[in-house]
Amino acid sequence: MKIKFILNDCRRRVNMQTHDKKMGRQTVKLDNPPKIIAVHSIVGPKEGEGPLSEYFDEVLNDDTLGKDSYEKAESQMMFTAITETLKKAKLKETDIDYLFSGDLLNQIISSSFAAREFSIPFFGLYGACSTMSESLSLASIIMDGGFAKYVIATTSSHFSSAERQFRFPLDYGSQRTRSAQWTVTGSGALILGYDEGNYPEVTYVTTGKVKDFGQKDANNMGAAMAPAAVDTIVSHFKDTGRKPSDYDVIATGDLGIIGRELADKLIKEFGYDIRKQHIDCGEIIFDHEKQNTEAGGSGCGCSAVVFTGYLYKKLMKKEIKKLLLVSTGALMSTTSSLQGETIPGIAHAVAIEMK
Amino acid sequence: MKEAKIKQKYEIMTNEVTPKSKILQDCLKAFLVGGLICDVGQLINNIAMNYGFPKEQVMSIVPIVMIFLGALLTGTGTYGKLAQFGGAGTVVPITGFSNAVVSPAIEFKKEGFIFGVAAKMFTIAGPVLVYGIGSSVIIGIVYYVITLF
Repeated sequence: MKIKFILNDCRRRVNMQTHDKKMGRQTVKLDNPPKIIAVHSIVGPKEGEGPLSEYFDEVLNDDTLGKDSYEKAESQMMFTAITETLKKAKLKETDIDYLFSGDLLNQIISSSFAAREFSIPFFGLYGACSTMSESLSLASIIMDGGFAKYVIATTSSHFSSAERQFRFPLDYGSQRTRSAQWTVTGSGALILGYDEGNYPEVTYVTTGKVKDFGQKDANNMGAAMAPAAVDTIVSHFKDTGRKPSDYDVIATGDLGIIGRELADKLIKEFGYDIRKQHIDCGEIIFDHEKQNTEAGGSGCGCSAVVFTGYLYKKLMKKEIKKLLLVSTGALMSTTSSLQGETIPGIAHAVAIEMK
Repeated sequence: MKEAKIKQKYEIMTNEVTPKSKILQDCLKAFLVGGLICDVGQLINNIAMNYGFPKEQVMSIVPIVMIFLGALLTGTGTYGKLAQFGGAGTVVPITGFSNAVVSPAIEFKKEGFIFGVAAKMFTIAGPVLVYGIGSSVIIGIVYYVITLF
């Protein structure tokens, strides 16, 4: 009898604890906020000519990295990002408990082929271009739960490998529409840990729901993803009781020029105005007039390199103290598009704060 | 209920924000580029005639040279850039067809010569061939039936 009581009491306490962490419907508060102790960003030549050039750790001269296919090049890029991050954190691969990673290619080959070079337990993820905040979300939760000492989160994308999988051969003469986006060639990796020192900390994680507002045009992905971004940001505010002005920057992943404008308009319908804080990684990574990137950058690598390159450095310098990173993904495939399906969107939000 | 209303509103917003293609400007560019490609064809035609080739042979020489030029410019990566500017002006002439066959052939070489090059070569041009040849056969039959009466 007594043992049963004690057991039930334990269960109740454990349940209470989990409820304490959960805030509202979609958000968790991390009581032991993990620190982002090291990052590395690596980009292709075109991204290196863009406005954020000086912030990236590594700019490639050759986007094939000497490999004989773009898929191999993308995987190599992610491998390099992970290796360099490990070096910066002065850690060995055996110190890392988990690797969370994803990309855009079929069966996420860039990630799993990069992971086969390491002896790190691996979770492969697919959230289209939302994968950076998806991997960071899960990595942070696993850290907060006390299941790991160090975790790596990473993603990659490559213009040429994405283009040949989702669109046309590279040299095929097709005209890009003005709402089309340009897949970023790049990979970003980060390590979470509890080391001494002042580093940006992950404080809240808001997991997004899949939202579909009936967009069908694969050449206007910003419009397909904006409702998901808005839904997640609104949920984050409702769950945490925060408001836009609590953040210095709200950075969406790759809505591009059109999607960013649509998100700003749509969120007004829910009673929020985020125009002062809102930037979009896809919008700021290229100079659209000069670089002919139409509506902006996209791809898993987009928010990955803008975060690990530009935003992380701003956080370290305390030029940004509170950041909400909201990577956005369009969850269609070439098959679903041909079968006339609409494009569902997803967005995950991660609050990152510097003391 | 509320979401349905917002969805409706969102559709209107999307149409407002998404930039429309500049039809007049695009048409002029297509006219210019397409016209220039045809001028090159005409030039080759005139040169061949000058060399004294009979008309039937010239009708084969011109497309052969144009297909070669299309393939060459695809290989150098120039045709794609020209197409971004010229749009339909580069698609319609026979050089566009050459580009549609050569570009996947180059691209999918990494997947091997059988399931890469040979299989993927017709991913873009294939439908054109199927419906082009298909409709010409149908028209041929119709023409034959009409001439019977």
